[in-house]
Amino acid sequence: MFGSSIIVFREVLEAALIITIILAVTRGVLNRGLWVITGVITGIAGAILVATFAEGISNMMEGVGQEIFNAGVLLTAVLMLAWHNIWMAAHGKQLVQQMKAVGQGVSNGDLPMVTLAIAIALAVLREGAEVVLFLNGMAMSGEPAANLVSGGVLGIAGGTAVGVAMYFGLLRIPLRHFFQVTGWMILLLAAGLAASAAGFLEQAGLLPALKPVLWDSNWLLSEQSLAGQLAHTLIGYQARPSGIALAAWLLTFSTILLLMKTVGKPPQQKNRQVSVTDAPLPEIN
Amino acid sequence: MHYTHHAAFAALLATTGLAQATPVEFEIVIKDHQFTPSTLIVPVDKKIKLKVINADATAEEFESYKLNREKIIPGNSKAVVFIGPLEAGEYDFFGEFNPATAQGKIIAQ
Repeated sequence: MFGSSIIVFREVLEAALIITIILAVTRGVLNRGLWVITGVITGIAGAILVATFAEGISNMMEGVGQEIFNAGVLLTAVLMLAWHNIWMAAHGKQLVQQMKAVGQGVSNGDLPMVTLAIAIALAVLREGAEVVLFLNGMAMSGEPAANLVSGGVLGIAGGTAVGVAMYFGLLRIPLRHFFQVTGWMILLLAAGLAASAAGFLEQAGLLPALKPVLWDSNWLLSEQSLAGQLAHTLIGYQARPSGIALAAWLLTFSTILLLMKTVGKPPQQKNRQVSVTDAPLPEIN
Repeated sequence: MHYTHHAAFAALLATTGLAQATPVEFEIVIKDHQFTPSTLIVPVDKKIKLKVINADATAEEFESYKLNREKIIPGNSKAVVFIGPLEAGEYDFFGEFNPATAQGKIIAQ
């Protein structure tokens, strides 16, 4: 039971952290709960579907279908997160002004909640499919159902608890810095997902490793430790990254940042409405 | 004329190392949550195409921290994992879903 709860915990944690960051960046948006729940439910349904057809997916493309599928899921999530950040760079100031003016209840129909709901669904789908395959295997090996249920529940509860703790930690950031911090978090998250995607394509033999192991910092921070796993999800930390993974990380990070800077600072900036408060408005970059 | 072209192209492939890019193939079977062979000797500095056949009915995750590899192989399925080119050394791997019995290592020499 304990062993199964740890594996479930590790998978749930990654999805929980992604959901947490998205919940934080959509702070104050009306109906965001509905979008987030839709994302989670779609992701769970997708996970069950993927687990059911895992054999078919795995055998596709001469045995590397799973890697191509995973890379596709990850890169789509990267696009969704990038889109959100670039949108926030262009419209985030108005959003914060509104929030300051009317408190927490901002109804902003323009905020691309769909992209974030998709990002959530993809995170849940990827991690959830592994949980389903693992628990199904345990059940087939004759592990009592009660152990699996308690292990699964314990793992899900643990992963969720870390996410909830981080969420309330994030809410303590003052509003004027808040979107700057969460914008950086999304940027780092997206770069890390792109690095993982590159790793899958390398594992499938479709991208060169450049160098299979660029460095080994496992002695310093193991990816298997809780801290290492948090670092892996939050900033894309890998203890033994390949050259291609680092290249993908750097490329994604700089591309999104560049787009945020160029889209977020239009030339007619001086004509913008003056802030309602004396405090300088946060910038999403 | 065509024949000489082909021959020249083949010679070019052989000398430029393009032919070398073809990975060396190896096979590992998972049965009763154990790897066979559990020790695999592979050449250094070559790209390796590792075919992992899961003969068990349950899914297994082929995982190696040192090789930076992680792949789920559904029950009664086969999967391909590309690794390397490796430096000389030992690279242990295991089955994450059954780590008590599923242990092995790759030795590059």
